Amino acid sequence: MSSNVRNTLTIFRRELKSYFESPVAYVFMVVFLVLIGFLTFSVHHFYERRVADLEPFFFWHPWVYLLLVPAATMGLWAEERRGGTIELLLTMPVTMTQAIVGKFLAAWLFIVMAIALTIPTMVITTCYLGNPDLGVVFCGYVGSVLLAGAYVAVGMLTSSMTRNQVISFVLALTFCFVLLLAGWEPITGYFSRWAPSWLVNTIASLSFTPHYEAIKRGVVDLKDVVYYVSVMVFMIVGTHLVLDNRKSA
Amino acid sequence: MSEGGNSKVEVRDLKKNFGHIEAVRGVTFEVSKGEVLGFLGPNGAGKTTTMRMITGFLPPTSGTALVGGCDVSSDPIGAKEQIGYLPENAPAYGSMTVTNFLKFAGSIRSFTGSELVDRVDQIITKCHLVKVRNQTISTLSKGYRQRTCFAQAILHDPKVLIMDEPTDGLDPNQKFVVREMIKEMASEKVIIVSTHILEEVDAVCTRAIIIANGQVVANGTPDELRASSSSGRLDDVFRKLTLEEDV
Repeated sequence: MSSNVRNTLTIFRRELKSYFESPVAYVFMVVFLVLIGFLTFSVHHFYERRVADLEPFFFWHPWVYLLLVPAATMGLWAEERRGGTIELLLTMPVTMTQAIVGKFLAAWLFIVMAIALTIPTMVITTCYLGNPDLGVVFCGYVGSVLLAGAYVAVGMLTSSMTRNQVISFVLALTFCFVLLLAGWEPITGYFSRWAPSWLVNTIASLSFTPHYEAIKRGVVDLKDVVYYVSVMVFMIVGTHLVLDNRKSA
Repeated sequence: MSEGGNSKVEVRDLKKNFGHIEAVRGVTFEVSKGEVLGFLGPNGAGKTTTMRMITGFLPPTSGTALVGGCDVSSDPIGAKEQIGYLPENAPAYGSMTVTNFLKFAGSIRSFTGSELVDRVDQIITKCHLVKVRNQTISTLSKGYRQRTCFAQAILHDPKVLIMDEPTDGLDPNQKFVVREMIKEMASEKVIIVSTHILEEVDAVCTRAIIIANGQVVANGTPDELRASSSSGRLDDVFRKLTLEEDV
């Protein structure tokens, strides 16, 4: 195994374990499941719809992530900087990129674990009640996982900007909210009344929403995957730049 | 430029600016194996910044730092592999247990399997951490925390050991333990210790550098430094050199 992969994995494992060493992981997962269950079943009237699909479930993912993912990522770098452990980490024989990617993957996998916990209830309930198109369900999960990755990447970037976790949380929430709304139909509809459509479309295409909608409908298109991967890479590079300049501040 | 197996730290005209503040203004010195260099200076003199540049945490504005022949700027990994570093205030991941933290440090230093476990066990014994090995670091007292971070620094038996105020905030007994450990390792390593406690220089250092306002103002053995003052006391030398610079 190359030292690149080994170091990244070591940092990844430490970070992932650190979620479970504190109550954070358990609180997060319980709140995530309760919240998404409540929104799907009560707010969206899952049973009353009498349709065996997971549309009401996946509909809420961007909104639940908006609130919870920044909470899971706010400490990634802010905590390292506040506690001074960043000095320890970055004077060990690891590169900054290994450290960033390791942390990013750990936070992403943590969210994916929470998503995976919904499979038993959601998928089994729907299969029991009817005959859902499992292909669409699968695509919904793929879209959700990619979306979560983008949120995590934004959260990591804002976490690198400050040593204060609250500031990191608020910044991540704001950035993600903007990226979410820029492509949300009620908003794009409002702007398209007066702005030229190419402008509205360009801005919308930078948003999380249309790409998630497309995958959720049951088509994992390469361009949507490329979009999410680009967002993650962009945020990782951004984190690198921010830390280069501000790690000791 | 490489000096092969020769362990040595060479710092040449190292400078660091933060905006237009010149924190370090051209520091040059050399430390060889077997030496314990005391890095003295008032708070804010640039000790920590210099150490952070040698350990590769901060990039220097200009100048070079060679660690065992590896330039910290052009071969940071090569340099970092040879260094054990105890940063100021002994940072450590609070949510981890002592054992897990040391295992983490060990795996970053490329130890695996039973070798890793053995190393961690040895170091836990050596640093007197047996009692707290399964405790989370956030619950440790300052002394234990300091020793945990110290253990991390010497785990891989580095050629170069750099410590930023290793005894700061410890009680006299704990200070004694840390100094004894430094002395024990002195013969086979390059050691740089920053401190503003002058008694420490006499206790552990073979040579001392006094730094004030980002520049080296004195470099010699404790006795040589003492001789430069009429009273023959280190704190007089220190005060004279560092206060002059303030004016």
